[in-house]
Amino acid sequence: MSEQDKILNEVTQNDYKYGFHSDIEQDDIPKGLSEDVVRLISAKKNEPEWLLEYRLNAYRNWLEMKMPKWAHLKIPEINYQDIIFYSAPKQQAKYESLDEVDPELIETFNKLGIPLDEQKMLSGVAVDAVMDSISVKTTFRDVLAEKGVIFCSFSEAVQEHPDLIQKYMGSVVPSNDNYFAALNSAVFSDGSFCFIPKGVRCPMELSTYFRINAANTGQFERTLIVAEEGSYVSYLEGCTAPMRDENQLHAAIVEIVIAADAEVKYSTVQNWYPGNKNGKGGIFNFVTKRGLCQGKNSKLRWSQVETGSAVTWKYPSTLLIGDNSSAEFYSVAVTNNHQQADTGTKMIHIGKNTKSTVVSKGISAGKSQNSYRGLVKVTKRAEGARNFSQCDSLLLGDRCGAHTFPYVECENNTAILEHEATTSKIGEDQIFYCNQRGISTEDAIGMIVNGYAKEVLNTLPMEFAVEAQKLLQISLEGSVG
Amino acid sequence: MVMLKINNLKASVDGKEILKGINLEVKPGEVHAIMGPNGSGKSTLASVLAGNENFEVTEGEVSFFNKDLLVMAPEDRARAGLFLSFQYPIEIPGVSMVNFMKAAVNEKRKYNGQEPISAQDFLKMLRDKKKVVEMDDRLTSRSVNEGFSGGEKKKNEIFQMAMLEPKLSILDETDSGLDIDALRIVANGVNKLKTANTSTIVITHYQRLLDYIVPDVVHILYNGRIVKTGGKDLALELEEKGYDWIKEEVNV
Repeated sequence: MSEQDKILNEVTQNDYKYGFHSDIEQDDIPKGLSEDVVRLISAKKNEPEWLLEYRLNAYRNWLEMKMPKWAHLKIPEINYQDIIFYSAPKQQAKYESLDEVDPELIETFNKLGIPLDEQKMLSGVAVDAVMDSISVKTTFRDVLAEKGVIFCSFSEAVQEHPDLIQKYMGSVVPSNDNYFAALNSAVFSDGSFCFIPKGVRCPMELSTYFRINAANTGQFERTLIVAEEGSYVSYLEGCTAPMRDENQLHAAIVEIVIAADAEVKYSTVQNWYPGNKNGKGGIFNFVTKRGLCQGKNSKLRWSQVETGSAVTWKYPSTLLIGDNSSAEFYSVAVTNNHQQADTGTKMIHIGKNTKSTVVSKGISAGKSQNSYRGLVKVTKRAEGARNFSQCDSLLLGDRCGAHTFPYVECENNTAILEHEATTSKIGEDQIFYCNQRGISTEDAIGMIVNGYAKEVLNTLPMEFAVEAQKLLQISLEGSVG
Repeated sequence: MVMLKINNLKASVDGKEILKGINLEVKPGEVHAIMGPNGSGKSTLASVLAGNENFEVTEGEVSFFNKDLLVMAPEDRARAGLFLSFQYPIEIPGVSMVNFMKAAVNEKRKYNGQEPISAQDFLKMLRDKKKVVEMDDRLTSRSVNEGFSGGEKKKNEIFQMAMLEPKLSILDETDSGLDIDALRIVANGVNKLKTANTSTIVITHYQRLLDYIVPDVVHILYNGRIVKTGGKDLALELEEKGYDWIKEEVNV
């Protein structure tokens, strides 16, 4: 092993620092999945009849469906009868103030760097904290309400804004969209709801923090964002989980509806437990995220930094329906050790003069496999559609793999589509050049990786960009060669 | 006092011996030119001195300020004051020149037991040193060598040399790819940085660089050995007669 390999190994073998488990009294339901379980979850949440029907319909669809096999992933059989589908920290129905929240819970989020006390929070960021199956606390709700912005847990939204939920839920990702979307639609437990009324620029970043805590539990949350005409919001989600030897399942849905002249920025920093160095444990992350640029000139930007999970299966997509609407997808996906990621985006051009940009940066280290899978589709009436795609892969060491699967379907010959792809190794020559200027190999790698991902990191809100930068370095600790 | 002392240095790459016993001494304040035909081992010598792991040292010793250079990590050689101006400077996309230089300057300071440089001092230093090679302001705000022209890359090497204030600078074919104006600017830069305590090894094919950077000693490297050493006139003689007479002399 060369000196460089040794340092790479050291850098990438760092421990997962969010791997602790909090001892909190949980309200679990028995393991397994059945119609009764779906009814039980719905009853626990005191849901209206139509929502129960929605769930049951999804469940029946799911039973007919098969796990998708097309991704470049090796996934062991998942035993759905061995998973707890609802687990919540025991608490009263709703907290009036922070004093009523289990101190252990507050401590958990403090440790994660997410203080729930508004006094201590990053100013300018409202947080919805979701632990296992339920939302624990949403901050700054009053401030937002003054502007007419609704930001609350999905369960609360069902109770307080049933008309909005009924109107929009499933309008972007139908309950029978795919295997994991159907599963989520049957058993989803909580998540966040954001509604930005016409003409309002949301005064702060909205963010949801997802934490899996309980063992043998799956997390199935959904997020629904509705941006009315001329509104703007920037939304961020973060995710962590304890270190456990068993794999845990996470299957989420994100739906975004954007009206004319409105803009949504959706950023993700995904750091679920990736499993240990030998590939034991870790989160299976199957996520369906989709945005609808419904109105003219509407805009959506996806930014994601994916460093966690044993398996990632996720393709944030945009339907560009409104004329002149545009979407961007910026992604950094890091895999190390035995992690597997199959991720990318779909850009579906339907309206005239619609524009999309895809910038995907894969970083593979250890024995990991990292795939980009993307579709750019231009439909018949999408006159003047434009797409630019750039898919770069960076390899650290020679035991990992990077793969690119770009698909293009074009039915309108006025479209202009560009695709660029590169694969590079962190060059020994780059490292030597840094060494020759007095910079150690470890620092050189950190610098080069962050430089490589800069285009994507720059699209994140400032506070999170700094976090993400550190995360990249930590995720790769012990990997360079 | 000798700054750099090379004794019977042999090195190979992929099992092929390139350096076959180099002996060289460089004293503070001296400028040495190393000339020679293609494939004679000039760039290999530069790489070995800088610590490039692609080359295996099979025999010999090198001391730098009386320390064993060959056991030092490449970054420590740099921090101790050895600078290599690359023949083909490397591009590092996404890493800005400013950040790169700040990291490099601070590593050297740390090695010498100094505090990190303040932002203000660093910016001033950046401004001053850019003047040495008439470097365009835009270049320092760009990524390291990315999209630089050949001439800009070479200027950038000398700019970095100015920032790091090395004791020994090895210029590996710094003149290649430069037009006559750029050559003059780069050479003037090197001359401005020269002090009584710093030394330079200039590796070049051509006499023209030595019109500007005047060497105290000229060595001719051929087939992995220094076969002839002389004053600056030796370079002129080479310019006139080519390398064939050297080859003949050696082969006799």
